[in-house]
Amino acid sequence: MNRDDLWRRFVIVTPYLWLLMFFLIPFGLVLKISFADPIVAMPPFTSLFDFNKAPGESFYATLDNYRFLLKDDLYRISYLKSLKIAFFSTCLCLLVGYPIAYAIARASPVWRNMFLFLIILPFWISFLLRVYAWMGILSTNGVINNLLLSIGLIEQPLQLLYTDFSVYLGIVYSYLPFMVLPLYATLAKLDFDLNDAAADLGAKPLTVFRDVTLPLSIPGIISGSLLVFIPALGEFVIPALLGGLDSLMIGRTLYDEFFGNRDWPLASAVAIILLLMLVVPMMVFQHYQLRETDQRE
Amino acid sequence: MNRQRSTFLITILCFGYAFLYIPIVMVVIYSFNDSRIVSVWGGFSFRWYLQLLENRQIIEAALLSLRIAFVSATVATALGTLAGLALARMGRFRGRILFTGMIAAPLVMPEVITGLSLLLLFVSLQDLVGWPGGRGAATITIGHITFSMAYVAVIVQSRLMSLDESLQEAAMDLGGRPFRVTLDITLPIIAPALLSGWLLAFTLSLDDLVIASFVSGPGASTLPMWIFSKIRLGVTPDINALATVIITIVSLGVVIAGWLMFRQEKQRQRDVQ
Repeated sequence: MNRDDLWRRFVIVTPYLWLLMFFLIPFGLVLKISFADPIVAMPPFTSLFDFNKAPGESFYATLDNYRFLLKDDLYRISYLKSLKIAFFSTCLCLLVGYPIAYAIARASPVWRNMFLFLIILPFWISFLLRVYAWMGILSTNGVINNLLLSIGLIEQPLQLLYTDFSVYLGIVYSYLPFMVLPLYATLAKLDFDLNDAAADLGAKPLTVFRDVTLPLSIPGIISGSLLVFIPALGEFVIPALLGGLDSLMIGRTLYDEFFGNRDWPLASAVAIILLLMLVVPMMVFQHYQLRETDQRE
Repeated sequence: MNRQRSTFLITILCFGYAFLYIPIVMVVIYSFNDSRIVSVWGGFSFRWYLQLLENRQIIEAALLSLRIAFVSATVATALGTLAGLALARMGRFRGRILFTGMIAAPLVMPEVITGLSLLLLFVSLQDLVGWPGGRGAATITIGHITFSMAYVAVIVQSRLMSLDESLQEAAMDLGGRPFRVTLDITLPIIAPALLSGWLLAFTLSLDDLVIASFVSGPGASTLPMWIFSKIRLGVTPDINALATVIITIVSLGVVIAGWLMFRQEKQRQRDVQ
């Protein structure tokens, strides 16, 4: 093997091995342990293969964890609630993000970079702290309640924090840049002469938007929505900090199952089902990403 | 008509940016609040900042976070650059589809799953080969490298894709070995992408709570873990001060980096002309 082949091999094999070791194999383990029973030991689960036993009994797997998950109300509610919250917060994010992306795309080129920079900047500031910022605003003695009390609009402080409302708000706020950037990328490529042409021919602004801009921006809508929906579904920090005790999103339930109950096999099964729910949106996202790169080439 | 439209667009932008920035500004303002009750204004004061400086736990957690972020960003940039080169320059190879999938998946994987899976790996490894003897900074670093190298790989790959290959082909035609061409031609050209990748990896690592919570052991508490355990119980004034410090450092860093890149871009455009 000559030196060039060696270099080629090095470039491919090094990251490959790392990802196999620290990404793929760990998933295999989650899958494996989701078929095990919890025991009081370290590690706290039974092994699938036990070679100390007789050949016929050396393999042991159980579907108990999955059966339990499907039967138990807590988990069913958690999964459904996560889906609901992720779906509606994605819609809200789209409603808030679309006008912003549109306005940036139509701004003069000098301003555009500045506007985009201001969208990206909060993303660099700690996620945890941005979620925390809302705690100070929404709490019973927080900014909003103080303001409303002082102008006499309410008598009693409103319960804003630790509700579903605050979870929605937190998700929309935290993931807004993920929605705006792909939308902007699509809208910036549009030829706004088309809009002007339609307007010149007498179409009303809303009609132009509905018939021209909106259909052309669908790729951006889809990637932006998936970039919000996918992480929102498994979100842990936002429901843990802004949600009430009953805000049972699955990411939080998994975390509690793991750290609170120390039931690792059940937590693994929770993770596998969450992953199955994400397979379809992830594949759609991958499909659109590939199409995007193909177009660029 | 046109004027009406631009007023409308400007209004949207004002509301949008107000939504994004008011919460952050609020934290900054209230960090100077003398009152112990966070939301009641009790006069201007630096007392929470002074308290921060005396809190050894915070300083230790911050140093640990910075150390982990520095190491993981550096390794992730190296591995991610190799991965980006493999995807953009190496053509077809066996297992390419799996490789692409493993690069794309960490970007969209819920952190709870990544954290859980890595913990299970470390526990099983310890059972099998006795490594890593105990969890802490090292295991957190490995977790951070794994998910941030995917981000670096994507940045490097897309930069390489948009690059004109003629320079490298010319170097190859003149007899340059692929290794030297990569080192002497390709890497210097994509250096800005490497820098953005490193900065992104650094920030992602500093920011991560969930993966660190799963793979950390007793005694190793990163800054986000410390903050989280504290704010889970509610708003506290010293966290406001800490948040302001972090926000200031990050904003300054991002503004300076953005300005440098902007200037470099201008310089390049002038050179082209």
